[in-house]
Amino acid sequence: MKFLLALFKGDGTAERVVPPTGFTAAMTVASSAAMAFLAVFALTLTLAAGRLANRWEAELDQTATIRLSAPADQIEASADAVEVILSQTPGIQSFRRLDESEQQELLAPWFGKNLSLDTLRLPVLFDVTLDKDRPDGEGLQNRLGAEAPGAIYDDHGKWREALVASAGRLKSLALMSLALIAAVTATMIALAASAAIAANGQVIDVLRLVGARDTFITRAFVRRFTTRALIGAAIGTVIAMVLVAALPAPDEVAFMSGLGLSGFEWLWPFVVPPLAALLAFFATRLAAARRLKKVS
Amino acid sequence: MIELTNVGMSYSGRSLFHDVSLSLPQGSFHFVTGPSGSGKTTLMKLCNLELMPTDGRIALFGTEAASLSRDDVSAMRRRIGLVHQDCRFIDHLSLAENVLLPLTVTGQAADQSNLAELLGWVGLTHVADRFPPQLSGGERQRAALARAVISSPDLILADEPTGNVDWEMSVKLLDLLIELNRLGKTILCATHDMTLIRQAKSRISSRVLRIANGEIALAGAEL
Repeated sequence: MKFLLALFKGDGTAERVVPPTGFTAAMTVASSAAMAFLAVFALTLTLAAGRLANRWEAELDQTATIRLSAPADQIEASADAVEVILSQTPGIQSFRRLDESEQQELLAPWFGKNLSLDTLRLPVLFDVTLDKDRPDGEGLQNRLGAEAPGAIYDDHGKWREALVASAGRLKSLALMSLALIAAVTATMIALAASAAIAANGQVIDVLRLVGARDTFITRAFVRRFTTRALIGAAIGTVIAMVLVAALPAPDEVAFMSGLGLSGFEWLWPFVVPPLAALLAFFATRLAAARRLKKVS
Repeated sequence: MIELTNVGMSYSGRSLFHDVSLSLPQGSFHFVTGPSGSGKTTLMKLCNLELMPTDGRIALFGTEAASLSRDDVSAMRRRIGLVHQDCRFIDHLSLAENVLLPLTVTGQAADQSNLAELLGWVGLTHVADRFPPQLSGGERQRAALARAVISSPDLILADEPTGNVDWEMSVKLLDLLIELNRLGKTILCATHDMTLIRQAKSRISSRVLRIANGEIALAGAEL
């Protein structure tokens, strides 16, 4: 704790003994920037995957579809019967029959936009929004079977489960990627710190020979490299945030839920630079301690 | 000031010297001489606690070296001024900053007038802002000596301080060491330059230790 306080307080004179520029300085800043950049992207993807999984789960959980197939002369009567049943069934918040243009839109990816529905006999579709207390699916299907033969109630259960499982796996993969990038970031910063300390071995030797204590040497190096890691990570984070901001916003892309960040999620990237600095702090301290062990 | 009792030193099973006993009283001036590889630098490193003996004991300023912690070693080194043959500077610091290093590491404020006086004494005022790679061999050796004395240490250890300089500069450096000894500093200087030793002996009371065949002995009249 005392060491941390001294670190934040700083000691310009002590810091002067650490080379201010050169290969190791550039390496620490560059590797921190690169890894922070990747970490922000991994974080963004993880959040987007989580959002996507939640959205799929919530949307499919609250909707159902009724598909009605019947002979042409009975279709309208059956559709009316479906509407009556739906309006009387508890657990159904709202419903609406898809009109021709909506059906055309649904088929457009397969048949193109100029499909004439007169040439194709299509079932009537009802888009149903469910209450939190969902209706009794089996009871509803039985009633539909009795009063509007050919009407099938689909609560999306079959493919909702598969989709939610896929979304969950996507979320796990994203989290795994984030963890891996965090581990690689830690390794990179630790290696940069070790390399920097190794490259400055002569400085450490001289300092010990003129009577410097280990704490003086460690503090000088730790402060320098922690600051460099913080600056590098801040640069990488800002660049990544600018690029993330240029991605489509979450509410602009309905299906994919967007790859950007929204609302309070924008606060998460700000965690990256202090974490990188903390990592550099411990890595440099460890590397300095190891190097000092070799010096009498 | 320094007491070596039955000290032995071995590297990888090869004995460099053995059973060495030595006492350097305060204010004394000793030269250490001997052929290359005889152990002069090792002896200096033992005295500066850079190495610990494989046998025997070393006492520095009345304290057993073996009982010292790393911080204690640092505290001891603050009482020692060290002049290495290769000088050992920090290249990105100016000559003045390098000279001030023993004060910097202890957090002591540098007295600019003392620094100016010291640099004037070693004749380096005009190059105070230059960096070590920009200095000549003689300037580096004098800067190393200035760094060794900036914190007014009790003991000066000089390992081949004239190794990389011409005769004129060697005499100048010897003058500085003699002057420091007259100010009461204890000096231990390793050199293979017998002419320099003879020059010193003609001017001050000094003793010469010769390392040969793993033993240290006081050199006699043959000098």
